[in-house]
Amino acid sequence: MMVGLLGLQGAFLDHIHHLNSLGIQCHIVRDAEGLREIDRLIIPGGESTVMGKFLHEFEMIAPMRERILDGMPVWGICAGVVLLAETVDGSPGRLDVLAVSVERNAYGRQLASTIRDIDISIPDISDGVNAFPGIFIRSPRITASGPGVTIHARSMGDPVFVQQGRIMATTFHPELTQTAVFHRYFLSL
Amino acid sequence: MKVSREKVNKGFAEMFKNGVIMDVTTPEQARIAEDAGACAVMALERVPADIRTQGQVARMSDPAMIESIMAAVSIPVMAKIRIGHFMESRILEALGVDFIDESEVLTPADESRHVDKQTFAVPFVCGARNMGEGLRRIHEGAAMLRTKGEAGTGNIVEAVRHIRTITAEIDALKGMDDLALEETASRCRVPVALVRETMERGRFPVVNFAAGGIATPADAALMMALGVDGIFVGSGIFKSENPSRTASAIVRAVIHWEDPGKLAEISKNLGAAMVGLEMAGLETRMAGRGT
Repeated sequence: MMVGLLGLQGAFLDHIHHLNSLGIQCHIVRDAEGLREIDRLIIPGGESTVMGKFLHEFEMIAPMRERILDGMPVWGICAGVVLLAETVDGSPGRLDVLAVSVERNAYGRQLASTIRDIDISIPDISDGVNAFPGIFIRSPRITASGPGVTIHARSMGDPVFVQQGRIMATTFHPELTQTAVFHRYFLSL
Repeated sequence: MKVSREKVNKGFAEMFKNGVIMDVTTPEQARIAEDAGACAVMALERVPADIRTQGQVARMSDPAMIESIMAAVSIPVMAKIRIGHFMESRILEALGVDFIDESEVLTPADESRHVDKQTFAVPFVCGARNMGEGLRRIHEGAAMLRTKGEAGTGNIVEAVRHIRTITAEIDALKGMDDLALEETASRCRVPVALVRETMERGRFPVVNFAAGGIATPADAALMMALGVDGIFVGSGIFKSENPSRTASAIVRAVIHWEDPGKLAEISKNLGAAMVGLEMAGLETRMAGRGT
């Protein structure tokens, strides 16, 4: 299996050691051609404006949507959630495949970034005892979600980990923690 | 500084990786930078090239000007303070900027001490010419590093020297025994644990960008190939003939630095790059400020 890391900007390299620790190879995707090489895709944390701009300019949006709607598992993190969302700050999102509305930087600037313990309802991820330390960095806020969206975790009342079929989204950064439990879960989709 | 704050700030720097941070002096320039694909902007009153030609003491920018840039764009906004000026830092923190650059481009406020960055919630980026300088800044609490290069010259030679020096010094840690690591730590004036962590990772334990003298897409790609995590461009954009096209080309070059065919396309028809300066002709060397 080949996991693609969208490599237009942001923290995509941070996933390699997690995936390698699970015996999985990665391919960095920087153009539409790269999408053909992969079985799954991670859209990393970074700046959604930058990734969105080049997804558009490199003509990657249509082929990526097609793969995702065709059932390719995809995981969006922070900026990745913004790109996957149906609605962003009241306007249509770039990929428009995940039935959620998000507000960018809704919690504030960097001084509002924080680590919050999260209770996760999935036994594969949670050890049943300890909360997961969710690292939130200028994170988007999920303000609404459609009926097909399962909310796996909330923080301060807002959904922070959601799933719709084989599309998974976290507004915090599991790649910045030592454990690969989220990567393992993503590979099981 | 609380462990959680340190983690959130170092993690924030990770999100800039493989991106370009651009110097801007007006809200209009900030919007041009954002549209061109900058992952953050550095708000300042004068770009390094102008500071260099005008001389005079260069200080923190007017908070109202920084605020107008924060209001103009949705990407993170950084701002500069003079080396050691912890009060300018307090002011920028109160303003709510996303990152502070303790910068040799401004006139140093303290010739012997940098800001104790551990006492701040806001993250800091600092310049380094070699491993020791970088480790001292990390020990003081910097969440991110960059090469110093020689700002405002459009000449890449110093930035190349700095990243090559850093890489060679970190490579040389490999295989060091405890005694050698302790000697290195003592020479660098940092705890041995920090040197050991650097040895184990084979790189600085924070994000490290290139800065100082980057003027073309090829310069940016060169620095990526030499192992930096991303690029700061100061005067290189708004001192070029076509800022918006140059800005976008430099961002594309950072994405496609491994593909010379794409770099050739990216480099075409950009108009004149900023005028470059030879090191030998400089009256002021900024990189030597603060060690």
